[in-house]
Amino acid sequence: MSRTKWILFSLPLIGFAVMVYFFGSAIGSDPSILPSTRIDKPFPAFELPTLENPEQTVNQTAVKGPLLLNVWATWCPTCIVEHPLLVELSRRGIPMVGLNYKDEPDAARKYLEINGNPFKWNIADVKGDLGLDLGVYGAPETYLIDAEGKIRHRFVGAITPDVWRKELWPQWQAMGGVQPEDAAAQPGGSS
Amino acid sequence: MIRCFLLLFMLVGGTAFATIDAYEFRTMEDEERFRQLVAELRCPKCQNQNIADSNAGLAKDIKDRTYLLINEGRSNREITAYMVERYGDFITYRPPMRPVTWFLWFGPFLLALLAAAIIFTIKLRQKSPPVTQVTPEQEAKVQELLKKLEQSDKQP
Repeated sequence: MSRTKWILFSLPLIGFAVMVYFFGSAIGSDPSILPSTRIDKPFPAFELPTLENPEQTVNQTAVKGPLLLNVWATWCPTCIVEHPLLVELSRRGIPMVGLNYKDEPDAARKYLEINGNPFKWNIADVKGDLGLDLGVYGAPETYLIDAEGKIRHRFVGAITPDVWRKELWPQWQAMGGVQPEDAAAQPGGSS
Repeated sequence: MIRCFLLLFMLVGGTAFATIDAYEFRTMEDEERFRQLVAELRCPKCQNQNIADSNAGLAKDIKDRTYLLINEGRSNREITAYMVERYGDFITYRPPMRPVTWFLWFGPFLLALLAAAIIFTIKLRQKSPPVTQVTPEQEAKVQELLKKLEQSDKQP
């Protein structure tokens, strides 16, 4: 009799503990960050002009890494924030391709001229079709592409030295990305 | 005159239709499917708005793509799968049934069952007559009293 009573009384307490666990695990995780569905899948097929030469088109076969693909636009303030870091990483030997997303090509070219161009070349996705196929939901987004052209990692938001060191650099090494000559290639270490 | 009015009505009707959405469909059924789909797709950029209500640029892109796919003759299920392939389960307001979402689907029923079981047991317990414990001394006293009663009955 008292045993069942104990069980009954402890039920709400157990329920409460379960709720604390569930809600507690949600604390600290940003609900606006969505996991990419494209991880370990080949880069989606596309056929788009480059920003550098609108006459020339490229397709998915050109996106073979290891490389870093950055989704950017001139209308995106966060992209401007992370731009100097991209320039620095590029200078230190990380190969980068840009995906100029829903942008004015003229404005984009001018932006790179003024702020420095970290990209070997850029895909001009004016209508955002490739962005949709890639699952882009907000610039900037950064993808790591391996030698086979598979997407290995996605980061949403501005890359900071901390993000590069803790999240992207280990992934970059894991997929056999070009190792920059000096170990100090991780920005923010000494500078 | 009547012709004039008719023309006017046609013009007004046409513009009204065009301002609701800039999409033209081959059939009414397609249009209905479009409305249903954009109401059930969630905007990945704006967290808690469907594609139909959102003014985000991305929502427009997804609307456009949905329109294209409908005109290609794809089914609702195919279009939803197409969007999930790109944006994950987040994009649909109807989560798919998977081991991860079992609790989501069956949780409420489980809770309802549990609640019913608890209520049932409580009710059962209330209905059963109260059991009173009688000690041997009390029992003896009752017997004694009964005996006395019998004796008093016998003596007129």
